[in-house]
Amino acid sequence: MLSRTADHLYWMARYTERAENLARLLDVSYQMSLVPQSVASQNENWRAILALNSLEAAFALVYNEVNVENVLRFMVSDPSNPSSIYSCLRAARENAHAVRGTLTAEMWESVNATWIELRQQNFEHILARGVSEFFDWVKLRSAVTRGVTFGTMLKDDALHFIRLGGLLERGDNTARILDMQYHILRQNDDEGASDFYRWGALLRSLSAFQVYRKVYRDAITPGRVAELLILRMDMPRSLHACADGIVRMLQLIANGASAETERQAGVLHARLHFARIDDVLAGGLHEYLTDFMDRIYELGDGISRDFLIPG
Amino acid sequence: MNADFYNEMYDSAGTLRPHYSAFAEWLAGMPPERLERKRAEADTAFHRVGITFAVYGEESGTERLIPFDIIPRIIPAAEWQALQAGLWQRVKALNAFLHDIYHEQAILRAGVIPSEQVLNNTQFRREMMGVDVPSGIYAHIAGVDIVRAGAGESYVLEDNLRVPSGVSYMIEDRKMMMRLFPELFSRHLIAPVQHYPDMLLENLRTVAPKGVADPTVVLLTPGAYNSAYFEHTFLAQQMGVELVEGRDLFVKDETVFMRTTQGPQRVDVIYRRLDDDFLDPQVFNKDSMLGVPGLLAAYRAGHVTLANAIGTGVADDKSIYPYVPEMIRFYLGEEPKLNNVPTWMLRKPDDLQYVLAHLPELVVKEVHGAGGYGMLVGPASTHAEIEDFRARILAAPEKYIAQPTLALSNCPTFVDAGIAPRHLDLRPFVLSGKRGIGMVPGGLTRVALREGSLVVNSSQGGGTKDTWVLEN
Repeated sequence: MLSRTADHLYWMARYTERAENLARLLDVSYQMSLVPQSVASQNENWRAILALNSLEAAFALVYNEVNVENVLRFMVSDPSNPSSIYSCLRAARENAHAVRGTLTAEMWESVNATWIELRQQNFEHILARGVSEFFDWVKLRSAVTRGVTFGTMLKDDALHFIRLGGLLERGDNTARILDMQYHILRQNDDEGASDFYRWGALLRSLSAFQVYRKVYRDAITPGRVAELLILRMDMPRSLHACADGIVRMLQLIANGASAETERQAGVLHARLHFARIDDVLAGGLHEYLTDFMDRIYELGDGISRDFLIPG
Repeated sequence: MNADFYNEMYDSAGTLRPHYSAFAEWLAGMPPERLERKRAEADTAFHRVGITFAVYGEESGTERLIPFDIIPRIIPAAEWQALQAGLWQRVKALNAFLHDIYHEQAILRAGVIPSEQVLNNTQFRREMMGVDVPSGIYAHIAGVDIVRAGAGESYVLEDNLRVPSGVSYMIEDRKMMMRLFPELFSRHLIAPVQHYPDMLLENLRTVAPKGVADPTVVLLTPGAYNSAYFEHTFLAQQMGVELVEGRDLFVKDETVFMRTTQGPQRVDVIYRRLDDDFLDPQVFNKDSMLGVPGLLAAYRAGHVTLANAIGTGVADDKSIYPYVPEMIRFYLGEEPKLNNVPTWMLRKPDDLQYVLAHLPELVVKEVHGAGGYGMLVGPASTHAEIEDFRARILAAPEKYIAQPTLALSNCPTFVDAGIAPRHLDLRPFVLSGKRGIGMVPGGLTRVALREGSLVVNSSQGGGTKDTWVLEN
């Protein structure tokens, strides 16, 4: 297929997935901010969200103060913030529009409907309705688009590029959310009741709370949370599951130039496949996740070079 | 009935024409509420599928619907046969003309057309001199605008030989009629039109460069912000070919390739919906970001076919139009089967003098204008508008032609006030390839929805109707 078409499909999927994970991240942060704590430490958490996306400077241009409402407004509906949910869904729609002829009618209608509905709600509406309801809507729209994609598209390269984009983005985003929350949680290491709620919120934000119960049938401990979200192959949002999918997609779309990218993906997968959580934690979780995100970034680079914008 | 105009459905005495009788009977039996519901259904469906055209200058994402009228334009078989024969003849002559002026220029040497009219025309492409195109076909796709006037005789209004559009509406209008009123299709024998994309693809494949057994065809679009983008997407999808933009293509060793996820893939035939000026920034408009550097060189080397060819604009230019009947006599040795509208060329002093004296009765058009922009319809204009136009003509008479205001035929049409006659034209699409000329019966009927208006262009508030050619 045309490289440009593949590029639009890949980015359509990445932006859709990014909007969903942003909703997940903001939701868990919001839930955690409801746990009793000092204003200072709360605002520290919101600052961390900006830092996670390297947005402190852009934020400071528009807002005077880091607080719940300002950060939510900036990350949810500010069109000037290229990483806001608003901007992600707009980019997803623009990419879909450019390759309308390649999408099934239902897919186009789903992506377009999300955008039209988003434009009908401003931030005041969202606040009044409760931000969690809005985050649920974003997750639901993402699920609908994904469902329509798998339910209507021919299993050809177009679908493979959509899946590849979604998996790459999801792996990166899970690592980001885990990195940030783990850091905050380890800071106030009091093992008290509030921690239980915080770990619970993190798991819920990645749709992993019930999964955790089912898999471990035991108390929530940081080590197991990390294991579930990093190493469990059967957990759909884990790093391992994402890397596994990326390797399979790359095999399906391989061309004469992509051997090195495939090798790198294989290495990433093998490292997750054969890892033990104790070793990961011993080496430092933050270092491990940062390394993972760097490798995902390089894979994205390789995919662009090999398939999407060849010289 | 307004007796001043030919009505497609009723004769001057108000009697129903026989080819409309089955339809009229059906219409009389339709409860008005049901018709209203069906019209609303058509609107919703067109919106949902996204059969729209982008309007220049409006926010991205705003797309407008071209109004669709549920009363069809019906053409009896015999009438169509005559029209078709005339179209074939005309397009054949136009292709012969294009081949001639880019080679021997016999028609100029014979003095049939003044040389400077062709050679100084901005649409004449010197780069095409001596270039041999497959099967000598230049205008692979022609959209010839036909009107009926007076007592019902047909005239060719213009020959669109560059990138004529509208065929997607012809197909979608038919689909819509079949969906809304399937019963009508069992009461009439209506010639099908939905195989047009297959015919188009087949036609494009026949004109591939020599020696290419299984040619790769692509459709080149200016991009998502072009007003006809819907049609580009539609045709590419229907033909099953890639919809490419200039940046998807590149030229290496005078060969065109597209960038695919499996590496470069050779392209043999480009159905381009991009004007000559934007095709190759190395040769034409230097600032064009839409084209492909080196495309002309690949084309001249015969390694890729462009449909339509470069330089067809000189044959559908309004200053050349008056000579088409002479072309038919010159190249085919036949008398023209379709009428030309009598045309005054204002570069001629006598014509200019006559036209200036009769402006309120005439239609004046810019030689290079298109799409209903930059024209004067005398009878529909105010004194001030006419005087304004007079000044423009006097400043550069050679830029204008004038024609009598044709009493365009009309056809009953749904408007706010009910059913009323509205003026219409017809754009049949003529395909020329290695195996000759082909077309689907009918074409796109455009209708001027404003009362009294003679301008049918969609950019000027025109709508469309399904066009039925009845089979015997």
